[in-house]
Amino acid sequence: MKWIDFEKPNTVEDAVKLLSDSGGTARAMAGGTDLIVQLRAGHPRINPDVVVDIKSIPELNELSYDANKGLTVGAAVECYKIYGDDNVNSHFSALNDSATLIGGTQIQGRASFGGNLCNAAPSGDSIPNMIAHRAVATIAGPSGIREVPVEDICTGPGQSCIGSDELLVSINFPSNGAGFGANYIRFIPRNEMDIAVAGVGASVTIEDGKFTSARVSLASVAPTPLLVEEAGEALVGQTVSEGVIQKAADLAKAAAKPISDMRGTADYRKHLCDVLTRRALNTAVERAQGAS
Amino acid sequence: MTTADYERNMVLATDTDYKVIGTRPVRHDGADKVTGRAIYGADFDAAGLLQGKILRSPHAHAKIISIDTSKAEKLDGVKAVVTSKDFPQAGNKWLKDNILASDKVLYAGQAIAGVAASNPHVAESALSLIDVEYEVLTPVLTTQEAMASNASILHESLTTEELGEDTGVVSNIASHSQHVKGDIAKGFEEADVIVEREYNTKTVHQGYIEPHNATALWSHDGRLHIWCSTQGSFVVRDSVAELLDMPVSMVRVTPTEIGGGFGGKIPIYLEPVAALLSRKTGAPVKIVMSRKETFEASGPTPGSQIKIKIGAKHDGTMTAAYAWMAMEAGAYPGSPVGAAVQCVFSTYDIENSTIDGFDVVVNKPKTAAYRAPGAPNAAFGAEQAVNELAEKLGMDPIELRLKNVATEGTRRPDGPVFGRIGAKEVLEAMRDHPHYQSAKAEGTGRGVSIGFWFNIGFDSACNIAVNKDGSINLTEGSTDIGGSRTSIAMHAAEVLGIPVEDVRPTVVDTDTIGFTAVTGGSRTTFATGWAAYEAAQDVKQQCIERAAKIWDVKANNLQMEDGVISSQSDSELKMTFKELAEQLSDTGGGISGSASVNPSGVGGSFAGNIADVSIDPETGKATVERFTCVQDVGKAIHPSYVEGQMQGGSVQGIGWALNEEYFMNDEGTMTNSSLLDYRMPTSLDLPMIDTVIVEVANPGHPFGVRGVGEANIVPPTPTIANAIYDATGKRMTELPMSPGAIQSASPE
Amino acid sequence: MPAKTYVQTTINGEHVDFLCEPRQSLLECLRDEIGLTGTKEGCNDGNCGACTVNIDGRIVTACLVLGVEAEGANIETIEGVADGSNLHPLQLAFLENAALQCGICTPGFIISSKALLEQNPNPTEHEIRFWLANNLCRCTGYDKIVRAVQDAAKRLQEA
Repeated sequence: MKWIDFEKPNTVEDAVKLLSDSGGTARAMAGGTDLIVQLRAGHPRINPDVVVDIKSIPELNELSYDANKGLTVGAAVECYKIYGDDNVNSHFSALNDSATLIGGTQIQGRASFGGNLCNAAPSGDSIPNMIAHRAVATIAGPSGIREVPVEDICTGPGQSCIGSDELLVSINFPSNGAGFGANYIRFIPRNEMDIAVAGVGASVTIEDGKFTSARVSLASVAPTPLLVEEAGEALVGQTVSEGVIQKAADLAKAAAKPISDMRGTADYRKHLCDVLTRRALNTAVERAQGAS
Repeated sequence: MTTADYERNMVLATDTDYKVIGTRPVRHDGADKVTGRAIYGADFDAAGLLQGKILRSPHAHAKIISIDTSKAEKLDGVKAVVTSKDFPQAGNKWLKDNILASDKVLYAGQAIAGVAASNPHVAESALSLIDVEYEVLTPVLTTQEAMASNASILHESLTTEELGEDTGVVSNIASHSQHVKGDIAKGFEEADVIVEREYNTKTVHQGYIEPHNATALWSHDGRLHIWCSTQGSFVVRDSVAELLDMPVSMVRVTPTEIGGGFGGKIPIYLEPVAALLSRKTGAPVKIVMSRKETFEASGPTPGSQIKIKIGAKHDGTMTAAYAWMAMEAGAYPGSPVGAAVQCVFSTYDIENSTIDGFDVVVNKPKTAAYRAPGAPNAAFGAEQAVNELAEKLGMDPIELRLKNVATEGTRRPDGPVFGRIGAKEVLEAMRDHPHYQSAKAEGTGRGVSIGFWFNIGFDSACNIAVNKDGSINLTEGSTDIGGSRTSIAMHAAEVLGIPVEDVRPTVVDTDTIGFTAVTGGSRTTFATGWAAYEAAQDVKQQCIERAAKIWDVKANNLQMEDGVISSQSDSELKMTFKELAEQLSDTGGGISGSASVNPSGVGGSFAGNIADVSIDPETGKATVERFTCVQDVGKAIHPSYVEGQMQGGSVQGIGWALNEEYFMNDEGTMTNSSLLDYRMPTSLDLPMIDTVIVEVANPGHPFGVRGVGEANIVPPTPTIANAIYDATGKRMTELPMSPGAIQSASPE
Repeated sequence: MPAKTYVQTTINGEHVDFLCEPRQSLLECLRDEIGLTGTKEGCNDGNCGACTVNIDGRIVTACLVLGVEAEGANIETIEGVADGSNLHPLQLAFLENAALQCGICTPGFIISSKALLEQNPNPTEHEIRFWLANNLCRCTGYDKIVRAVQDAAKRLQEA
């Protein structure tokens, strides 16, 4: 690895100052499970001279729930803390679908949803799940705090709208009411450890046998994780049925624009969008109906 | 998962009249390995140690125009830089080029220069300061591309050897061999049913978890000492001595503990570079490969193109078999196609067969052995064809195999006549096993196959010294990949009638033991065990003679059984081995025994599998639900480690079947050279691997050992393919059978 | 020459201090600066688990932790698993079940399994396999490793 300098600020302000003073040569690090690999490989774009360890900042370690505000997950909160949390397990258990499958146990001991989002890979396993939950990112910068829906964060493979002088502080998951269910599933050739060939995050709210809201989000089939608005809209107002779920799956498949690479062909990935959207929605429905 | 309504991991033992053989002691090196104390190659340390790194070619095929190392040499912390210019003139050019390229690079990842520095990060930085000018050429990446008439040529000096004669034709085909038995034209005419298909397999890697490593110290008296993780310390010694134009007596190789090899740690890669850097710097130099380098610059096993045609009569008698096999040698000739030829049809007694084998160079790293090299490729084709034949004949696939199985006296398609073998016993054990007898679970397909590996003998040596307390020090030269030092110790313990805990086995360096061939070829327990057996017999004889001297009787009146020396005529005369050991110094001095062997009584091994596989029809993902490996090992010295070999080889085969492959881009670079995208099975991808140890004693070994390491990797790929066919009707003719491939394949 | 960082940490219950460059991983620091070579490098990118250590109660791959991050942490490595000269039940179970062949992955598996059994004293086969999926073994096919963990679970419960 080339020489790096290491900083460990204790406040959001200090972190933002370090990032903005560096002129783009510093980068925040949470679990390091992407960044350290990128530094070693000499990544063309993600190659900071200064690593800013943000794990000492209280707001970035917050994991709290409030019935009104919903769930707040600090940007550095590790996956193992997410699936070990009572509030998550009670009110946002679908987040565990992602937290238990990023890498393996050891990776989950370090990796965070915040880091997964900032890394902005199209295959990020937490991102479609966050999008399905309507999560909103809180970002701090020199000019203050701003909030951005998660679906607007990623702008290209490995690129996000978070400036080099900004810091992702936390992600907020709004409270969902009764009748809510969500699921993230992905397809990988093995059973753990792989990058998603395709992934789907889906959420539904069901009242009296009808969808009152729905969201479908895809991983690994476009330059960024995708929110397929039309797939969700096709469900709203409809009675829950196999046919209507298939329609949403068809729309998801149509929205996918995958490439062929060593992890899968474009055709196969499109096919998987259909299969996985259907399965994710079915599970979301089961959970929604179990929850009511 | 399976309900255990029977005793798993059966041992169908024959000849159980042993005290130590067949038991399961804790291995002698175990405590160090579970506490992190054992020293593997990368753990080795020495005063003043420098760290080395290697500059590697980004191009798969290119001429080297110039190499300028001057900037790298000036970097603060860099102590020396070497290139192929630092090699002496003598020595095999291709072997030298694979260590440090001279005029051409033939694969992406080929070594160009070595740097020694005070720390590995500085060494790495120095690499980017070495300027290399290349003239890039077109790479060939498969046997099909390489064999085409207008193919880009790797070696202008390589001419095809056609059936043993040099044709003088410059080509990427290094050799074409052919084995003919009987007359296949006649045989196919006699056949009522014929199966004919082509199969293709991709390059795969042995996947050992420990990357290659070497430390070299060139002393001021001209002696070179190397510490490395290797399957053959004498191979390292002899190869390095040749490359550096030194007498072998000036090179000493200490094998450190080794983190897996499977054949891939038989060739040398880093040792000569470390040696050259050590000579230049006067310091010890350690070089350790990264995982990326391990994939791109060591020795994977070939991708291949296999054509199989088999014919049989209605009653199941196979009448003719034809195999055409082209295997990738990588950058330099020497694929295992010869071994594949020896195995492809050898399970069967077929009157007529022809086997064509082609050794083909391609712009990939030079291939190395991977556990029964060549045989799994051949079996992927042949054993699927046999199952197809069974289906066409309406016969059970095991019954078809039993009908044609080779036995003692059968002549193999490649010539040798079998001695006592256990193919029939393996097939019967498969047929009678609860797995095969049980109904398939809903939604699964079941496959069976059987594979063969000939095993090898070659040289081994062993020394034994008797300690005063009745224990013995046993030294041998076979690096211990999987518990072998204990199995070897068990040979000596059995002969002397002492507990195996009283044997102190140590794997020693090339100065300390007689020439010992590689830990590989399924030879270690067989040959080095035999050396231990002979050395122990030597000790036993000396003990009897010493007791005779002590008692003043004739030695031929005495015997030694179960660790007790006694007289056949005088029941008063009794002494334990321990009691004798205490007296040795006072009665003439210590006792040492030794033996050097090169046993010829090698016995081949057959391994069969039964696998139940379920397929997710929408995604094509295959899940192995149940797996049974049946293998004839002759005699299981330590059944737990024999089972371990069977389970390990089975799982490597499962990975080979389902997900492992080298993805090469058009420029010839491997794009998945990490353990993220080179997908080896994890614990979550597998069920328990049930085993059945069959023992058809090898008459050529004192305890009947055949060797277990390799045959078990031969059947898994066709077994899984046959199971996938049974589940889906899809005949998969390409490896790996990854989910996308299964999902998009059409049923027959 | 840029300065090294001075790090103070606790390893296997002992206070340890060392100097390192920020670019050195915890794995490099353990092996090259502190001399604890029991933790192994297999891939250096978090995919094989051979470098598994326990930091503050959870398992991580040391190759993806910077050495400077060890400041103030509580780290357990393979060298700290045995209690003096008494092997831990897991270590005994691995030996008696022949759950190692070449042994290079064994330290990682023992650290991982120990953390599992501390959290879940009676895991099912599936739970064991899921927990250990980040630890690769190429020699054993995992069968005897899983059995060793099951055996160790029994021994620990009987203790």
